[in-house]
Amino acid sequence: MPNLKDLKNRIESVKSTRKITKAMQMVAAAKLRRAQEAAEASRPYSEQFNAVMGGLAAAVAGSDSAPKLIAGTGSDQVQLLVVMTAERGLCGGFNGNIARLARAKAAELKAAGKTVKVLTVGKKGREAIKRDLEEDFVGHVDLSEVKKLGYSDAQGIAADVLARFDAGEFDVATIFYATFQSVIAQTPTAQQIIPASFDSEGEESALFDYEPSEEAILADLLPRGVATAIFSALLENAASEQGARMSAMDNATRNAGDMIDKLTIEFNRSRQAVITNELIEIISGAEAL
Amino acid sequence: MADTMQFDLVSPERKLVSVQASEVQIPAAEGAMSAMPGHAATITTLRPGVLRVVTAEGTQEFVVTGGFAQITGDATSVLAEQALPRDEVTPEALAEMVAEAERRVNEAKSDFENEPGPVDDAAKLLSDMVAMGEEIGLNK
Repeated sequence: MPNLKDLKNRIESVKSTRKITKAMQMVAAAKLRRAQEAAEASRPYSEQFNAVMGGLAAAVAGSDSAPKLIAGTGSDQVQLLVVMTAERGLCGGFNGNIARLARAKAAELKAAGKTVKVLTVGKKGREAIKRDLEEDFVGHVDLSEVKKLGYSDAQGIAADVLARFDAGEFDVATIFYATFQSVIAQTPTAQQIIPASFDSEGEESALFDYEPSEEAILADLLPRGVATAIFSALLENAASEQGARMSAMDNATRNAGDMIDKLTIEFNRSRQAVITNELIEIISGAEAL
Repeated sequence: MADTMQFDLVSPERKLVSVQASEVQIPAAEGAMSAMPGHAATITTLRPGVLRVVTAEGTQEFVVTGGFAQITGDATSVLAEQALPRDEVTPEALAEMVAEAERRVNEAKSDFENEPGPVDDAAKLLSDMVAMGEEIGLNK
């Protein structure tokens, strides 16, 4: 049986762990609210953007002059996986789930004889898929210094991806991130960004005048579309991360509470056992006289 | 004909305005244009410049650095890369934008030594940026 001093120390240490997880939960809750607001604020832009792009893309689709970013390179041999995860851990299965989805996709592509290249954003995901896919890594984007996600961060990543595309390094790009559904549910998602697909809900694109030309506008907008897709993914990810952390820390706090209860019972029992023991000793000592 | 139209200005990070406007002056890539209710449906790209929105309450001004605008007869949406109300533009923020444009010119110069296209584009962006600074009276 552990002695009383050990038990007491143990209880104290679990108590301070509980304080920390409680604090982390509250910080995550505050950050989650901000992340959700940011995600909300970016929605009008991406919605309008996609609506315009849908019309434009439908207008050029099928024509021979369609830009590569829409039509693709005509091959899907080399696949770039952009795996976006958090910079920090302690957020439950968040990083693991995204990494698992990416790993499964990579395995599937490899089985089909494709070449896989991996670009990681966020160091936790990088660590998680390093064992299986390290030889496929082509780059890493570090966002650990970024306090507040801005569009320029997304533009940086997009510029990197587009430069590789222009250099012919890959044919198809897919981003991996978690969509925020609620605090307890974040769905790992794969979204193909190059070649891009837009829903064109019968936009009467033919009605528009284009200034300068339709092609020039597309050439200007398509790279922006990549950045916009990455930006929304980053924001979704940020909200998901905080949500995941919040529920993970909530669980941890509850578990710490249970553990404290259990240890306290054990502590009281041991103390009682010690007292009983002493009493027996005293009584038997007195009887022996 | 209605005398106002729905006007939205959004940047990737937030929605700046959504009002009924009677006129919107847009710094389009090929020259400034005014969109009024009943304008022919147009999509245009933007250059850095000042965007003016005329509403019943008065005129609002915004600084945009690029993006595009979608104009239809009864609505105008401007999707700016970066947009700020004019009052919020500080000399520092402007200097930052100009520095960014300068960096792009230099980058283009080193990346595309023998192709004038991208260099000219970047140089135009820079001069637009400086002109915009002058227009709002913040530049040296």
